[in-house]
Amino acid sequence: MSDAIELSEYKYGFTSDIEQEFAERGLNEDTVRFISQKKGEPDWMLEWRLKSFQIWKNMPLPNWAKLNMDPIDFNDIIYYAAAKKKPKLNSLDEVDPEIKRMWEKLGISLNEQNKLANVAMDFVMDSDSVFTSFKEELHKHGIIFCSISEAIRDYPDLVRDNLGKVVLPRDNFYAALNSAVFSDGSFVYIPKGVKCPMELSTYFRINAENTGQFERTLIIAEEGSYVSYLEGCTAPQRDENQLHAAVVELIAHDYAEIKYSTIQNWYPGDKDGKGGIYNFVTKRGLCEGYKSKISWTQVETGSAITWKYPSCVLKGDESYGEFYSVAVTNNHQQADTGTKMIHVGKNTKSRIVSKGISAGYSHNSYRGLVKMLANAENAYNFSQCDSMLIGKTCGAHTFPYIEVKNKTGKVEHEASTSKIGEDQLFYCNQRGIGDEEAVYLIVNGFCKEVFKELPMEFAVEAQKLLEITLENSVG
Amino acid sequence: MLSIQNLHTKIGDKEILKGLNLQINKGEVHAIMGPNGTGKSTLAYTLAGKDQYENTAGDILFENQSILELDPTERAHLGLFLCYQYPVEIPGVSTINFMKTAINEMRKAKGQEKMEAKEFLELIRTKAEIVELNKEFLTRAINDGFSGGEKKRNEIFQLAMLEPKLAVLDETDSGLDIDALRIVANGVNQLRNSENAFLVITHYQRLLDYIIPDFVHIMYDGRIIKTGDKNLALELEEKGYNWVKELA
Repeated sequence: MSDAIELSEYKYGFTSDIEQEFAERGLNEDTVRFISQKKGEPDWMLEWRLKSFQIWKNMPLPNWAKLNMDPIDFNDIIYYAAAKKKPKLNSLDEVDPEIKRMWEKLGISLNEQNKLANVAMDFVMDSDSVFTSFKEELHKHGIIFCSISEAIRDYPDLVRDNLGKVVLPRDNFYAALNSAVFSDGSFVYIPKGVKCPMELSTYFRINAENTGQFERTLIIAEEGSYVSYLEGCTAPQRDENQLHAAVVELIAHDYAEIKYSTIQNWYPGDKDGKGGIYNFVTKRGLCEGYKSKISWTQVETGSAITWKYPSCVLKGDESYGEFYSVAVTNNHQQADTGTKMIHVGKNTKSRIVSKGISAGYSHNSYRGLVKMLANAENAYNFSQCDSMLIGKTCGAHTFPYIEVKNKTGKVEHEASTSKIGEDQLFYCNQRGIGDEEAVYLIVNGFCKEVFKELPMEFAVEAQKLLEITLENSVG
Repeated sequence: MLSIQNLHTKIGDKEILKGLNLQINKGEVHAIMGPNGTGKSTLAYTLAGKDQYENTAGDILFENQSILELDPTERAHLGLFLCYQYPVEIPGVSTINFMKTAINEMRKAKGQEKMEAKEFLELIRTKAEIVELNKEFLTRAINDGFSGGEKKRNEIFQLAMLEPKLAVLDETDSGLDIDALRIVANGVNQLRNSENAFLVITHYQRLLDYIIPDFVHIMYDGRIIKTGDKNLALELEEKGYNWVKELA
């Protein structure tokens, strides 16, 4: 096998020439006002943003994640970029043809005639939601699926009551930043007793140069409802680092279930570690109601740096939180990811399955907190964190934190680190399977427990991404 | 089919094979017997091309072509199969998936298209019968939590699926109870034909009651020191390995 490690071609690295409108570079109160005005927001929203901005200004940069990075100049970022031509009646005919060409290249279909996949999609490019499919169809069930900007205009009370309820602006540095300058993301509302009849999905695309993307997503599942939501992300191949700082909030009421899956494939930088997306994300779900359930599944293959801990606050008695994660890093990528399970209610349960795969010169850390508060009688957590190393120059790290304040709480933790064994490779080789195919096979087997949590077609996509990320990782 | 000529093999600084010669023609079954530590498994591994084994002299010809420079994958593509003494576990990868990948990689090497799903399933069904494996077993992660007998039956199943020209069975009988031994041996007997060949490495004569060899070789200190027919195995059983040391 060749020793030359070439970067696998990042399939989504193209840029599209779309007429866009930008905010001035830099961040101050005027930037916040500009964004709010562009979105046509009510005063309360602007005030909330400005308050968040003040909080952010007084916060220090977090430095506890095990990451190597140059300081970010927050005044050298453009905080708003949106396509000039937007469809007015949510009709595909009015979408800029250049955007349609972009969809084609990304291999996504928002065509409502094509219902086979049974997926409704919101497409967010840079700072703006461009199009949401199947809106009408979903509306018949009372389901609201639209961009957060639309929701602020059309359903102000729902947004006002829930935005920032799970992730307070002061929660952390990037959450405060996001609260000040968030641009677009999805809003989902599932009414009482409704099982959402299709997968809801948002495709996040960074297109413009020097811009940051500040996604804000809010999902509310009323009593006894169910929704499965999936997000995917890609960005052009560029030399400079770009920032994606998202906040996602989920709220599940009594007996409600939210399943949230992510396939993250932001541009990871080149083989020498130049360029790539900084992916700093706060994702948290509140199991507010009795027997509510929130399940996070993530497949993280992209980004130069990933820093995210999708978490569950298990407030309702007998509520249940899950976190399934596959994080793959190659070349000079860094991932610091994991979850927090905060047990508040009685008989709450959580389950964590994390699979980290490192190759090249990359570093992959699992960081997780299981916290059981004093009133969390009979809480139970099971955590399993497995790491796999490919080659000798990468690293895997596990940082499990456990805080149990109630004597009846029970925490089980299993961890393992393995190398792809010479023996396993030789066994595969002997059956005619070459090194590269053998690594895919072994790694896919390693991740199987997580992949089976994904909707079928996305599981296939995830496997493909894994292969692309690990291309040429055995030398 | 296979011609091993004056083969010398080292692991690290230690020479294990010290001028081994062996000739196998198609349609033949050869057995190699010998005490522990004489280089039987080294022979199996070096035939398959394992990394740590260094061939310092001699040659291995497979169908008149030297394979010393070929890596394990290329040797497998030529039709060389090793039945492992200790099959390797691959968590999360089912035997079916493993075999599908193996078959398609073999076909790719020959410039053939992938096997159709229907044909593959039919192949699985017929080959599983040979070693009396049920379908549920084939969906389990390969060798992960298998008993000794299950691992060996799985090896023979893979042998049946891949239909190699030459199969090397490395102490396939070790750790098998009599029922598993019978199943494994029956499997091999069903797969024997005039076009392929088997090299059966074993410690005990017992396996050769079920798989009748055409030739029996006694190996000692890195060389083959005596060759005979199946009666040699019986003679060895009777006289014990001390007799071998006297021969050497």
